[in-house]
Order: sequence, then C-alpha cells, then structure tokens
Amino acid sequence: MKEKSEITEKYLGLYKDNINKISGISSPFINSFRAPAFEKFSKLGIPSKKDEAYKYTNLNIFFDHDYENYFMPVPADFIKAEEFRCEVTDLDAYGVVLLNGFYPTLNEKLRQLPSGVWIGSLNAAAVQFSDIFEKNYGKYAKSETDGLIHLNTAMASDGVFVYIPEGVHMTRPVQVVNLVQSDDDTFNQHRNLIIAEKNSNFSIIICDHTLSPQKFLTNAVTEVFVGENAHFDIIRVQNEHNNACKITSTFIHQEKNSVTSSNNITLHGGLIRNNTYHYLGGEGAESYSYGLFLADKWQHIDNFVNVDHAFPHCTSNQLFKGVLDDMSTGAFNGRILVRPDAQGTLAYQKNNNILLTDDTKMDTKPQLEIFADDVKCSHGATIGQLDDDALFYLQSRGINKREARLMLMFGFAHEVIQNIKIEPLRERMDNLVMQRLKGELSRCASCMVKCM
Amino acid sequence: MEKDQDKIISDVTTSEYKYGFYSDIEMDRIPKGLNEDVVRLISVKKNEPEWLLDFRLKSYRHWLTMKMPTWPNLKIAPINYQDIIFYAAPKERKNLNSIDDIDPELKKTFDKLGIPLQEQKHLAGVAVDAVIDSVSIKTTFKETLAEMGIIFCSFSDAVKEYPDLVKRYMGSVVPYTDNFFATLNSAVFSDGSFCYIPKGIRCPMELSTYFRINSANTGQFERTLLIADEESYVSYLEGCTAPSRDENQLHAAIVEIVAEKNAEVKYSTVQNWYPGDKEGKGGVYNFVTKRGMCKGESSKISWTQIETGSAITWKYPSCILRGDNSVGEFYSVAVTNNYQQADTGTKMTHIGKNTRSTIVSKGISAGHGQNSYRGLVKVLKNATNARNYSQCDSLLLGDKCGAHTFPYLEVDNSTAIVEHEATTSKIGEDQIFYCNQRGISTEDAIGLIVNGYAREVINKLPMEFAVEAQKLLQISLEGSVG
Repeated sequence: MKEKSEITEKYLGLYKDNINKISGISSPFINSFRAPAFEKFSKLGIPSKKDEAYKYTNLNIFFDHDYENYFMPVPADFIKAEEFRCEVTDLDAYGVVLLNGFYPTLNEKLRQLPSGVWIGSLNAAAVQFSDIFEKNYGKYAKSETDGLIHLNTAMASDGVFVYIPEGVHMTRPVQVVNLVQSDDDTFNQHRNLIIAEKNSNFSIIICDHTLSPQKFLTNAVTEVFVGENAHFDIIRVQNEHNNACKITSTFIHQEKNSVTSSNNITLHGGLIRNNTYHYLGGEGAESYSYGLFLADKWQHIDNFVNVDHAFPHCTSNQLFKGVLDDMSTGAFNGRILVRPDAQGTLAYQKNNNILLTDDTKMDTKPQLEIFADDVKCSHGATIGQLDDDALFYLQSRGINKREARLMLMFGFAHEVIQNIKIEPLRERMDNLVMQRLKGELSRCASCMVKCM
Repeated sequence: MEKDQDKIISDVTTSEYKYGFYSDIEMDRIPKGLNEDVVRLISVKKNEPEWLLDFRLKSYRHWLTMKMPTWPNLKIAPINYQDIIFYAAPKERKNLNSIDDIDPELKKTFDKLGIPLQEQKHLAGVAVDAVIDSVSIKTTFKETLAEMGIIFCSFSDAVKEYPDLVKRYMGSVVPYTDNFFATLNSAVFSDGSFCYIPKGIRCPMELSTYFRINSANTGQFERTLLIADEESYVSYLEGCTAPSRDENQLHAAIVEIVAEKNAEVKYSTVQNWYPGDKEGKGGVYNFVTKRGMCKGESSKISWTQIETGSAITWKYPSCILRGDNSVGEFYSVAVTNNYQQADTGTKMTHIGKNTRSTIVSKGISAGHGQNSYRGLVKVLKNATNARNYSQCDSLLLGDKCGAHTFPYLEVDNSTAIVEHEATTSKIGEDQIFYCNQRGISTEDAIGLIVNGYAREVINKLPMEFAVEAQKLLQISLEGSVG
C-alpha cells in the first residue's frame, strides 16, 4: 500500500463528516456500496502523476483546494437554472437538468415518454425500480487503479437514471444538461445509470456547463448497460469555464451484437479528464469512440479510452483529435485490450493533434495489448502542424491565410463531428467549433443566462 | 491446410538452442553474494585505481537505496542478489600475447561458436573482442587498428592505459544513478569493451564484441564504452550466447556511446542468450541499459538489434539527440517463442534543433511468448523542427502468444512532427495460399513471409551479420509458424 498523501487524508476526514448526510437521502442499496468503496479509495488515493493512467494530468491543484461545499451542495438558484436553455435549434429532445449533481423537481414537466421509458433521479429509481437497479448499479464501474471511481461510489449524491425497456426505439434523444451554479467553490459528485434493454435504440446528449465563475470540481461516473442488439449513442458536449475541473468516467457495457458510439466534444474547460471504458461483452458487438478537444489559455484536456475486447468477432474504432493553442496542454491515452479468446477482433485507433504555438504541449500514449492471434489491430498517432502545402494551395486560390487556416482546422475537427448522428446537433457543433476556432466562443456564448 | 500450418508452427517453436554447451575452463570465481567487500574484492582482482573503486562504492551505496522497478509488462521471478557470483573469469595465464597462450579449451569454445580469434585465418576483416563471463580474453587486430589511432581493447586495459578518456566519458551518458540495473552494473562490472575512434578516422573494419556466459550461478555485468570523435565513423557489432541451464542467469550490462560532431556510430546486436527450455525453465535475464549521446552537431547513432534469445529481454537502446541536426535510428526485430518475454523499444530525446529520429520495431510472438514494444519520443521545447517517424508492427504466430505496444509521445514544440503507427496481425491465409499455389510449401512460405517482414531491419545489419540473423530467425521460429 502506498503512502497516503495529505490530500487523500483530507478526503478521509470529509467522508467521516458527510457520510451520514449523504446516506440520508439515498436508498440502503446505494449506501451498501459506500463503505467498501471508500475502503478502496483510501488504499488507492487521489491519482497522482505517479499513476500510469494519470501520468500527464496533475489533479492536485483542484483536489488540494479547500472548497466551501463538498458533496452536499447548498440548494442552488433554480431560477437561473430554469432560465438556461440550450441553444440547439430544431433539437427535439427530452430535456433533463441536473443541478450541482442533483435532480431538481422542475424536471417533472417532462413530455410524454413512450411507454415503459423512465427518466428520473437516481435516488428515486433505486426505490421505484429496485429490481433493475440492483441488477446493474455498481456492476460496470470497476477499477483497480483509479481511486476517483471509488470516491464517486462512496460519496455520489444523485444523478440521472434512464431506463429504456426491451424493443423501444426512441425517436427523440434524451438531453441531460449538467449545470454547476453556486456562489461558493464547490466539489460535486454525481452518478448516472443508463440501461438500454435488448433491441432498443436511443441516444443521450450530456452537456456540461458552468453558470457561475467560482472554482468547481466535478467527479462524475456514468454506468451504461447496452443489451443484445441494442443501439446506443452517447454524446458529451463540454463547455465550462477556465476555473472548472471536470472528471468524467463512462463505463459502457455491451452485450452481443450491440452497437454503441461515444462522442466527447470538449469546447472549453479548465481541466478536463474524460475516461471512457468500453467493454465488449458479447460476440459481434461494435463500439465507436470519438473525441475532439479545442484548448487554449492554460487549459488541460486529457482523454483516456479503454476498449476491452473480451469476446470474439467484435469491432472497435477510436478517433481522437485535438487542437492546442496558447499555453494549453493535452493528453491522450488510448488502450485496446484483446483478451486471449477474442479471435476475429478488429480494432483501430487514431489520434491526431495540432499544435498551434510553441508553448503548447501534447502527450499521447496509444497502447495495444493483444493476446489473440486472429486479429487486425492498428493504431496511429501524430502530433504536428497544419500542412503548409494545403495552406499554400488554398492561398493560391485567393483565400487569405487566416481563412485558410480556419478552413483547415475546421476540416480537421469536422472529421470527428461528422460522426454525430443527430443532425441538428451536428450542425450546432459545427457552428460552435467554427466560433471557437475564430476565438468568438466565450464560455457564455451558448448560454442564455448572461450572468457575466 | 490449417492443420498443416499448426503443425509447422509447433515444429518451428520446438527447435533446440544450439549454443547450449558448457566449456570446462579453469575459472577464477569469488564467493556468492554481494556486499561492500565483494565490490572491493572485484576492484582488487582487477588492480583498479582508487578513483574507479570510489565510483563502484558510490554506485553500490546508491543501489542499496533503490528498488527493482515493477512497471514493465513482464513476469520476473524474484532475483536473489546474494545467490549470484558477481565475478568469474577464466584463470589468467601470464601475458596473453600470442594466440597459442590462450587456454585450448577456451579456443575450442570460440571455434564452436564460430568466432575467429585467429587473425590470419579470418576473412571478413572483423576485429573481435571476446568476453567470457564478463572478462575480456582476447582482442584481435589490436595492432592494425592502433596504427590508425583507434583504440579497441578491453575495458580494464583502457582503465590502465587511457584513464583520462575513461574518466571523462564513463557515466557521462548512463550516470551511475540511472536505474536499478545500471547502478548495480556500475558497482560490480567486471570488464567489457572500450573503443575510441580519433578525429577524422573512418574505422576500416567492423569492430565486434562477443559475449559468452559460461559459469553457472554467475551474473554477467559488462560495460561497453564507445567514443567516436569528430568526423569519425565506426560500425560495431555485438553477439551473445550462453549455455543451457535450469536456473535463470542475470545479465545486466551498460553500453554507452558518445558521438561528437559529424561522427557516425552504427551499433548492431544479435542477441542470442539462452532462452530457456520449452517449459520456460531457465534462460538468461537480459536487463541492459544502452544509450547513445549525439553530442556534436550532425552526429548520428543508429541502433540495430535482433533479439532472439533470453528468457526475458528488458532493454531500451536510446538516443539523446543533443547536437543540432543530429540523427537517431532504431531498428529492431524481437522474437519471443515458448515462454520468452520481451519488453523492449527505444527512447528518442530530441534536444537540438532539426533533429531527426526513426524507429522501426518488428515484434514476432510465437508459442506462449509475450512481446512488448515500449518507446518514448520526447521533443523538448527548444527542439525546433524535430521530426520523428515510428513504426511498430507485431506478428502473432499461434493463439497463446501476446503482442503489446506502449508508445509514449511527448511533444513540447509546435514545429515538431511526430508520427507513430502500429499494426498487429497474423500471417494471412491468403498469403500462404498464394505461395502454395506457386509451389512453395507452407513451411517455406512462412519462412519467406517472416523474413520479408523482418527484412527492413535485417537490411540495416552488416553483411555477415545479416546472414547470421536471417538463419537465427529461422531457427528461433522453427516449428512455430502458422
């Protein structure tokens, strides 16, 4: 056991102070996970740069900070949250708001859902759907190395629960807007559980926003179960301010012949770490993982992907891209694991990065671990600049240099965006990326609140 | 056909290690174990000056504070350092001047290995430094080389004759604090090769060191120091074998290369230590620290390695590209068969401007072999216009083996272009079918494909070595291909 750092020690104290309050609002089943998870967390601690998976990301500046609120945020200003509207025109979605990790009652005004579909608070679901809940909760989010997963299991307050029954095709996506709003510095943890049963089909959009300029730290865990033949898409759009730290861990468990795609678009954020774990737990499963980030100032954005091929004849594809400007830093860590019997695996991975200034830094670590022989696996990673020849080509056709650069960067980013299947969202993302590349997108551009 | 292939694979993987014999040579061994007295004893045995003993003791004391790293993707049985003999040397007869003075048993050993110690009979024009159980016993063509000012001798001779050079360069590339095994080596190294190419000299022949572990229970700790002064060129070869034994033997060597302005060094290794038997019993632990420093402008260091032996190979021949316009290259074929494991790759550290590096790594896994490529390409802030291209391919023969890739790219400069590509696959049935169709038997077809796969690297080897390497590749994989 490694020595506990001071920071980890601090969280031991916080656990003791808050555990009763947190347990008070959630069901006994969720609570039964808390003590063992905390045990594990205290062994693993807050990941530091000594941990291989966090080699390039220093979380200490955020975990070291003394927040006014931990785990149990004070009630936030619902009015502001209510005023918030996501500006995706034509996006016809079931909208749900999560405020500081809690599922506020204003969500009750949801539109008519197809029969059997349930969207609601995690704490409520644990009681109302105890059978399904107990079958899935805590089953997929497992890690022997990442203490933050266990910290979340131990201290998560609330989150969203989505249940799509067998054979239901959702024509409209579900949109979860994660808002963080507080007058004090806050550390939030929420936990989502998404269950898409056999033969179902649906998409979820998760938008991360900060509504006030305080220092925020969010540690979110999402568990997803995708049943046989089901189709599931998760799109995460992150647009937070420079003083916010967001750590998301998404665990997607797939059954036979299911198809999932995950798309992380990071437009803005102080320190962002996205962990995506794909577990291909049945023959013929397919998983697609995409990511795009645009970083400037002192931002640090880190994408971590783990694709676990546990069964034969599965396919996976990863495409991650990054554009780094100013003094920003970025990291990518992608791992493909092909287990001994996973014959007939096809697994691809690509990571491309563009550095725009000399003060940026990019670290990338694509990994293959292969224990089966009948496989086709490849990965490629590049770090470089915009192609001079392409720039020249555009300029020679009368496009000025600035415009040409924008076009090239936009084209670079669009390769990721084009994989979003929901058309209005794809268009909106293209727009946002364009604005972002032009430097027009401040943290509030997509927000109606105009609090700044 | 599937069955046919499987059979051939299993045939290939079961071939015997042909250098597994043991020579009965009178040996001078010290007792097992490691402590400060042993370090002093080694120093005394070698008649070393005070400064070298200090260096050893400093290293030993530092080593005591270190722990063996656990990050590699390897399963290593615990090593008991008190159970190893840290010094074993063929008993010295006085003044080894002519070839006749060498112990006939020893001469036989090298004849068996096909290593020419007799200069007159040698055709290829390769100067050989033969190291047995980490003590250099004979260096050929010493005089011819000396005429050009080239120094090529055993490390202990260099300590006596050229202390200034040794003092200046030893530890300058691999400091004694570098890593667990490098520190251990710095404390207990027994001998090795030393080579100095003076300014403006192009070394007319291949220089070669031949390493052989002979004694039981010994560890081999040699140190090679290669200095290429301004505008010089040298091509250096290294070969290794060991007898077949049930216990694991430790080989922890250091190779340091310094390339001054416009110098070029080509370092080739054909590593064929005893790999252990089919059940994975015995075999050499090959934990080596190899590093080259492109110190001067436009210097170049090129590593080529064919790794077919050793139970466990754990090494990363690296280049520090300090001089502007310097070039680093790494070409590797690593074969793991039966229960062999390899975690190998390279580190390219770009410090100077316009530095370039190329990495080509080909892993072949068969049987239960586990093969990992681990590499780091690091571009520092001032390394403007750095360029790297890496390619790592893995070939899997059989369904029990594994191939893993762990590349690290760390780029701190926007003008750098760094590319990495990796693929993993097996030999396609269509490729074999194509060959069969043209009358090539499945076994030959597999040999053909494997050789074609490794060609890019083998082509980088000097001629004589390339032929040997090709044969070695065939032997290592005999009975394993499919």
